[in-house]
Amino acid sequence: MSTLAAPDAPHAGPPAAAVIPPSILLRQVSKRYGAVTALRGVTLKFAPGEFVLLLGPNGSGKSTLLRVAALLARPDTGQVDFADAGGVVLRDPREVKRSIGFVGHNSLLYDDLTAEENLLFFARLYGLEHAAARVADSIGATGLWKRRGDLVRTFSRGMRQRVSITRALLHRPGVLLLDEPAAALDREAVGWLAQALRALHDSGCTVLMSTHGRSDLTALATRAVRLETGEVKSDVGGPAAEAEA
Amino acid sequence: MSLLRAAAWVLLKEMRTEWRTRELLTTTVVFVLMVVVLFSFTFDPTREESRRFSPGLLWLSFLFAGSLMLNPSFTREQANDTWQALRLAPVEPFAVLLGKIGANLLFLTLAEWLLLPVFGVLYDVSLLRVLGSLAGVLLLGTLGLCVVGTVFAAISAQARMRELLLPVLLLPALTPVLIAGVEATAGLLEREPRLDWTWVKILAGFDVVFLAASYLTSEYLAEE
Repeated sequence: MSTLAAPDAPHAGPPAAAVIPPSILLRQVSKRYGAVTALRGVTLKFAPGEFVLLLGPNGSGKSTLLRVAALLARPDTGQVDFADAGGVVLRDPREVKRSIGFVGHNSLLYDDLTAEENLLFFARLYGLEHAAARVADSIGATGLWKRRGDLVRTFSRGMRQRVSITRALLHRPGVLLLDEPAAALDREAVGWLAQALRALHDSGCTVLMSTHGRSDLTALATRAVRLETGEVKSDVGGPAAEAEA
Repeated sequence: MSLLRAAAWVLLKEMRTEWRTRELLTTTVVFVLMVVVLFSFTFDPTREESRRFSPGLLWLSFLFAGSLMLNPSFTREQANDTWQALRLAPVEPFAVLLGKIGANLLFLTLAEWLLLPVFGVLYDVSLLRVLGSLAGVLLLGTLGLCVVGTVFAAISAQARMRELLLPVLLLPALTPVLIAGVEATAGLLEREPRLDWTWVKILAGFDVVFLAASYLTSEYLAEE
C-alpha cells in the first residue's frame, strides 16, 4: 500500500485493525424485498481474522447478506449477533458499528466536499482522536495526497473507490465488509486494493467480500461461501477457497 | 461522542455543502420573492387590508419555502448512498436528524430575513418597531416547520412519489403552527402592536412536543 503513496505524503502506513475483531453469527436469517426473497434461512458464523469470499450470481443475496451484517438492513426473521473474544454478545449497536467498516456499490462520499473534508467529516462522526492527523495519514496511503483538496465529484471511479475504502478504514474496524469492491477498477487500483486488504488481513481484521470472479483480491481468501437464490450452496475453507471463485 | 457534538458535525457538513452549491438558498429565496411579489400585484392592498391578510401571506410564503427546501435535505443523501454512511456511524440516529433540523432552521431563517424587507415595502407594513417580537415568533414557527418537515422529509425520501408525499404529509401536520404563527404575527402588525402570548405558547408547545416525538422516532426513521 505504501509503495503507491505519493512522495509528498506525510505518512503512508497501512491501516491496522485497532480493535479485536468480533465474531459474527447469522442465525436463520431471512430477508424479503417485496415479493423477492433475498435471503432464506441463512446460518453462518464468521470467526475473527477470516477472509471470506461471498460468491454467487447476481441476485443470489450477497449484497443483502453484507447489508444485514453491517446492520444496514434488519432481517425479517432470524438474528445477527456480534460477539467479543470471550463469546459475549455485543448489545450496544454503537459498539458494533464502531467495529464495522463498509464499502458498498456506491462511494458513500459527498460529491460537493473534497476528499479531505469527506474523510474529516466521517472521522469526527466516529469520534476519532487527532482526526486531522489520521486523515492526513490515510490520504497519504491512498496515493491521492495531491488531490486531497479537490471535490470528490472530479474524481474517477477508481479514485473515488480509494477514498471510499479509506473512509471505511479510518476508524480501524475489526470487520471490513466489501460489496464487489473491484467493480470498475483498473489493474493498478485493484493492485492497490489487494495490498490494502492484505495488510488489513495480516493485522487480524475480518474481511467479508462479495465478488463475481477470480482476481488479485481472491488470492487472499481463507474461506468461500457460495450463495444461490438466497441460500448457502457451499461453504469451503482453506486452499480450496480461491478455487471456488 | 455526545449527541450535540455529532449533530454539530452534521450541521457543519450541511452548511459547507450549501455554501459550495448554493442550491437550496438560491432557489428558495427566488421562489418566495416571486410569490410575495405576485401576491402584492394580485391584491394591490391598502395599508388596512395589508394588516388583515399579510400575516397569512407571509406564513404561506414560509410554508412554500419550507416545502421546497426540506425535501432535498434527505434526497441528496441518496446520490452516493451517503445516507448509509450516516447510518453506519456510531452516533445516535437523533444526532443526524438534529443536525439536519438545525441546518434547515438556519437556511429557512436566512431566507425569511431576506424576504422580510421586501415584504415590508410591498405590503406597506412597518416591521421595524416589532422586529424583536417578530423575530421570536418567526423563530418558534420556523422551528416547528423545520422539525416536522425534516422528519417527514426523512420518511418521504424513501418513498416512490417523494416530491408529492412531503407537501401532502406536511400541510395537515403544520396547521397548528400556521394558525398560531399567523395569529401571533397579526397581533404584531396591528395599529397598536401587541404580542399575544397564547399563540406564542402554542408555538413553543408544538416545538417541544414534536422535538420529543422526533427524538423518540428517530431510530425508526434511520431504518430502511
